[in-house]
Amino acid sequence: MGIELDLPTIWAVIIGIAVAMYVILDGFDLGIGMLFPMTENEREREQMITSIAPFWDGNETWLVMGGVGLFVVFPAAYAIIMPALYIPVIIMLLALVFRGVTFEFRGIARTGKFFWDCAFSAGSMLAAYCQGVILGGLLQGVKVVDGQFAGSAIDWATPFAITCGLGVMAGYALLGATWLAMKMEGPVAARALGQGRVLLLVVLLFMAIVSIWTPMTIPRIADRWFSTPNIYYLSVVPVLTALAGAGAWYWLAKPNAKPFFCAIALFLLGYAGLAISNYPYLVPDVLTIRQAAAAEGSQRFMLIGTAILLPLTLAYTALVYWVFRGRVREGATYHH
Amino acid sequence: MDFDPVLLARLQFAFTVSFHIIFPSFTIGLAAYIATLEVLWVSTGKERYGRLAVFWTKIFAVSFGMGVVSGIVLSYQFGTNWSRFSAAFGNVVGPLMGYEVLSAFFLEATFLGIMLFGVNRVPKWLHVTSAVVVAIGTALSAFWILSANSWMQTPQGHEMRNGVAHAVDWFAIIFNPSFPYRFAHMLNAAYLTAGFVVLAVGARYLIANRFDEDARTMVRMAIGLLAVLAPLQLFIGDQHGLNTLKYQPMKIAAMEAHWDSNARGDFHIFAWPDEKTESNKFAISIPYGSSILLTHSLDGKFPGLKDVPPDQRPPVANVFFAFRIMVGLGLLMIAAALFGAYLWWRGRLFETRWYLRIVAHGWWVGFVAILAGWIVTENGRQPWLVQGIMRTAEAASPVSAQAVLTSLVLFVVVYTFVFSLGIYYINRLIEKGPSGQAVAPPETIAQRPMAAARDAGRQALRET
Ligand code: HDD
Ligand code: HEM
Ligand code: HEM
Repeated sequence: MGIELDLPTIWAVIIGIAVAMYVILDGFDLGIGMLFPMTENEREREQMITSIAPFWDGNETWLVMGGVGLFVVFPAAYAIIMPALYIPVIIMLLALVFRGVTFEFRGIARTGKFFWDCAFSAGSMLAAYCQGVILGGLLQGVKVVDGQFAGSAIDWATPFAITCGLGVMAGYALLGATWLAMKMEGPVAARALGQGRVLLLVVLLFMAIVSIWTPMTIPRIADRWFSTPNIYYLSVVPVLTALAGAGAWYWLAKPNAKPFFCAIALFLLGYAGLAISNYPYLVPDVLTIRQAAAAEGSQRFMLIGTAILLPLTLAYTALVYWVFRGRVREGATYHH
Repeated sequence: MDFDPVLLARLQFAFTVSFHIIFPSFTIGLAAYIATLEVLWVSTGKERYGRLAVFWTKIFAVSFGMGVVSGIVLSYQFGTNWSRFSAAFGNVVGPLMGYEVLSAFFLEATFLGIMLFGVNRVPKWLHVTSAVVVAIGTALSAFWILSANSWMQTPQGHEMRNGVAHAVDWFAIIFNPSFPYRFAHMLNAAYLTAGFVVLAVGARYLIANRFDEDARTMVRMAIGLLAVLAPLQLFIGDQHGLNTLKYQPMKIAAMEAHWDSNARGDFHIFAWPDEKTESNKFAISIPYGSSILLTHSLDGKFPGLKDVPPDQRPPVANVFFAFRIMVGLGLLMIAAALFGAYLWWRGRLFETRWYLRIVAHGWWVGFVAILAGWIVTENGRQPWLVQGIMRTAEAASPVSAQAVLTSLVLFVVVYTFVFSLGIYYINRLIEKGPSGQAVAPPETIAQRPMAAARDAGRQALRET
């Protein structure tokens, strides 16, 4: 056996990957929902939705993976976070219901199409907003007594959480716009370029706000970033973020794939920033990764399956993106 | 306002899970049916199989979508509503659900994309394979979630330390005593459900003289399947019950409204179980019926409800009536399937209009039987959430009653609205019927990315 596996850390990384996969993949398709109202042209809407129809279900499965993953390997954290953020979680789920059924419903509806278009974009916005609020609510900490959530149902509702909600909305919309710039033909792609640049500025602004706000209000985080020698290594993060932003701006000159990958890089950097700020906490100031971890036997049992199944999952996810590669034609409609 | 948060959480869970199961019951069976059609299509080359596969795939897509969104809600409710349960049993139940996500959900969701939209982008064999993979994925997902649920009914292979369950033997946990029966019974129930829907749709077309060839194929395939599976369900259910008698005798006592373990076990065809007087009113019974069914002897004795104090008994009337609804529908299904098979054998299946008319209205039997079955199982396990270890009342989250009540109301409103429309849309697709031919629809995604990029570039130039 020789090697001692640090199971909780391995698991934190795996769940981190699942959440990142979710944020990127469902991020762009929620983003497209948010950009829906920007066109009133039925053909263009159809074209936009066609570009995500084969993927959305797989994308949302990463959300299940994140939630269940937390339940599996960090049950103590799961049991605190979910009740603490009860309201935003439930609203997010309901928003996802509306949005998810639209893919099929709007193709069948004769008179209700406009309604389902509204449901699609409102559902996407609300889901994105709630996810930001959940993030913010978690970052600002929750009240815990005896390993149980002990706060009130609306503890999460703070200006900070609301800011995070708006920030995540902007971020997803950026992912959506850059996806359109990559996957669309015709006017939709052209329009996405301008939208992308505006959204890019908004996202960078929100990233700046959160990066200033958290160290100012939480000394632990200020200490992590600004103490020497950390400040030397960690300054890489803002520098790379600026580069990714500049790249996105530059390449948003004409429809191509590069801005999408720059937007992904922005997300990953923001995510890395949050991880750096909060390591080793899973629920800030309350539970570390190690304290929240499930029994070792359970983690080990789950790791065996994950080691085999996760690469397989990634492989066939890639297969599907490959099968549906290429741009979506103008006037394309989805069909089966 | 003073509401009991536990009661509200139970109502909410019961409501959302009952809504959810309606869709899986149908999609599990339908996925298998579509996969069969696709395989028949490629192996026989007969156009009608292809046409039917395309038709049912449209309906499948709508139902699957609703199954997914209602399922995502459930996976989070373990945390939002049952956080104490999650904290105590996450070690054991968690990995089972983790395996479900990894081995089943990703499989279904990803290959669904190819199954629905890939007809003209992948080779035929890959398209057929995707349909088969989706069908396997749905069954696998049933495997894991039922294993989790069965473990809560008949826990083993774990040990409790400081109120937290730790796994000792994973094989024993997954294959816990009630799991094989529950898995077989539920999977068969899903195939029966889809079978009766297909039968009803086929019969509906035959009566209306529409799509004659396709309708005959549907009716024949459905009757062939149901004539085997409906009687099989009686057999599996019987074995399931015997197993439950061994591990959850109070559930059986409630199913039979059997109060006194010293009395002989009569089978009550009808009765009104009264929990106050601990007896049945208006009973119409078959003497010795239950004893024969459960112990295979006339004077066999089995535990009665009075063996335990009232606070350890499940709600008797719910379990008792739900059980009768399920078994009653099961017997009806057997009758309908066998009679159909008889008509087919005599060559009169498509002429016997009254029979077609009845089965055309019987699309719902599977759904109702499944809901009734789950009420037996879940209500029958009360007051326990994890049999003998944790009571439902101890499992709820520390969330205020107001929050749970508000979300419950929201769920009821949203689900009623969204899912009634979904069913309305499914009906509209059925109304339209299988049409056109089963050839590939026109190209929608540019095959040659370079050409597409060039076109887009031109377009962009023209715009500026
Ligand atoms: C007997 C089968 C069965 C049972 C008892 C349940 N489910 Fe289910 N579930 C399925 C069979 C299924 C399925 C066949 O796999 C679904 C239904 C339609 C579908 O799209 O997949 C599904 C979808 C589905 C999804 C979405 C998966 C995706 O993203 O593709 C989730 C998260 C859950 N379920 C979770 C649950 C939970 C937490 C349950 C218990 C409380 C539960 N299901 C009961
Ligand atoms: C899918 C079909 C299912 C249906 C229709 C169903 C139905 C129900 C019903 C009616 C209740 C309320 C019982 C009561 O409170 O008296 C309930 C409770 C519950 N069930 Fe199920 N159930 C299903 C599957 C499952 C599965 C697969 C699991 C777990 C893996 C599960 C876990 C629970 C839990 C945690 C409760 C809450 C405790 C309670 O309210 O009693 N159920 N279910
Ligand atoms: C024909 C006679 C039938 C018998 C004797 C029978 C027997 C049983 C028993 C004893 C249970 C409770 C098991 C437990 O919780 O311990 C059960 C549950 C259930 N039944 Fe049936 N059943 C029959 C028909 C059907 C039919 C026709 C369907 C649906 C098409 C169905 C669907 C279910 C479901 C979904 C459950 C809950 C899951 C489970 O515990 O297996 N049953 N059945």
